[in-house]
Amino acid sequence: MNGIVNVLLFMVSCVFTNNFIFSKFLGCCPFLGVSNKVETAASMGLAVTFVMTIASLFSYMVYHWILVPLGLTFMETIAFILVIAALVQFVEMFLKKASPSLYGALGIYLPLITTNCAVLGVATLNVSEGYNLFYSVLNGAFSAIGFLVAIVLMAGVRERLEGSKIPECMKGFPISLVTAGLMAMAFMGFSGLV
Amino acid sequence: MSEEKKSLGKVLVNGILSENPTFRLVLGTCPTLAVTTSAVNGLGMGAAATFVLVGSNIVVSLLRKFIPDNVRIPSFIVIICTFVTMVQLLMQAYLPSLYESLGIFIPLIVVNCIILARAEAFASKNPVVASAVDGFGMGIGFTLALTLIGVIREIIGSGSAFGIRIMSQGYEPMLIFVLASGGFLTYGLLLGVFNAVVNRIGRSKGEGEGA
Repeated sequence: MNGIVNVLLFMVSCVFTNNFIFSKFLGCCPFLGVSNKVETAASMGLAVTFVMTIASLFSYMVYHWILVPLGLTFMETIAFILVIAALVQFVEMFLKKASPSLYGALGIYLPLITTNCAVLGVATLNVSEGYNLFYSVLNGAFSAIGFLVAIVLMAGVRERLEGSKIPECMKGFPISLVTAGLMAMAFMGFSGLV
Repeated sequence: MSEEKKSLGKVLVNGILSENPTFRLVLGTCPTLAVTTSAVNGLGMGAAATFVLVGSNIVVSLLRKFIPDNVRIPSFIVIICTFVTMVQLLMQAYLPSLYESLGIFIPLIVVNCIILARAEAFASKNPVVASAVDGFGMGIGFTLALTLIGVIREIIGSGSAFGIRIMSQGYEPMLIFVLASGGFLTYGLLLGVFNAVVNRIGRSKGEGEGA
């Protein structure tokens, strides 16, 4: 029973309290870059969720079953980025064959994920926090859901901003950053939750 | 010769001012926001990124005729990764406290878009010296921007700059500025100010700028 409660608390903390964007600043580039429309933001978020979950699993296996026995842990970063790049390519090919509709929806966002620091970040964090296989995958999946929540909310706000009057110099990135700052403040309210 | 020198100077200034990675191109936002809680952290991150930029630009430029076009992105990433690992190990050995405070963002230099963008946009098309200068200029621009954001956040958020207390004793630090939302706000407002200044200069100089 206690175990289940711990797992649930861990999930909530990944999504809200330790939100990847608002408290760890991971994945800010796509967060600011592809949050113009709710639809594209949701596709990007889903693609990231997909890749991050699998990447946590594979990076765990590569680290603990290959790098540690061989004493090559300093190669961590290189190994992870190669795993992620290969994985993204593989997921892309697999989706193209297995589910063309999902592939169409995620489309161009998949290759971009290779350079999303959230994916490499979660792999590195799993190692530095010493999570086991189960918690690593859980951390990957629910941190990614936190990213999905954040990017969709942001896109919603930005759609409303389109029509409002903004000073010339604040258009585009500056106003998005200020918006993100205010959202981060709101997310701080979750900090007492867990 | 003098013409070449001038163009190298131009490349250098390009990275610092007109194409400043942080304020003009808005690349590499994650480290910009995350590590600028203090001026020293910003400076350290900037220095690490500069090292990686110069190194990867040189190697990419040297190998630009040998790397096949279809595998260039993975090749660039492996080159960048090598330099990042070097920085990581060096910092761990000689600057352990900075290494601790930058934490996960050292390995994440690999996926910093500035570095890949310069490899792709500049180093893969230009000779070695120009690429090195470009990397250095971009790195300096990035460092200056990070340090500036770091100083502002540190002064408001903890009443000091570079670890030295500069506000009077009665000053109550606004903690929010060293937290996440302060990072977004400071960066956003600075970007707005920067845009306003650039627009004004552009208007007053008009067409005369090119000459």
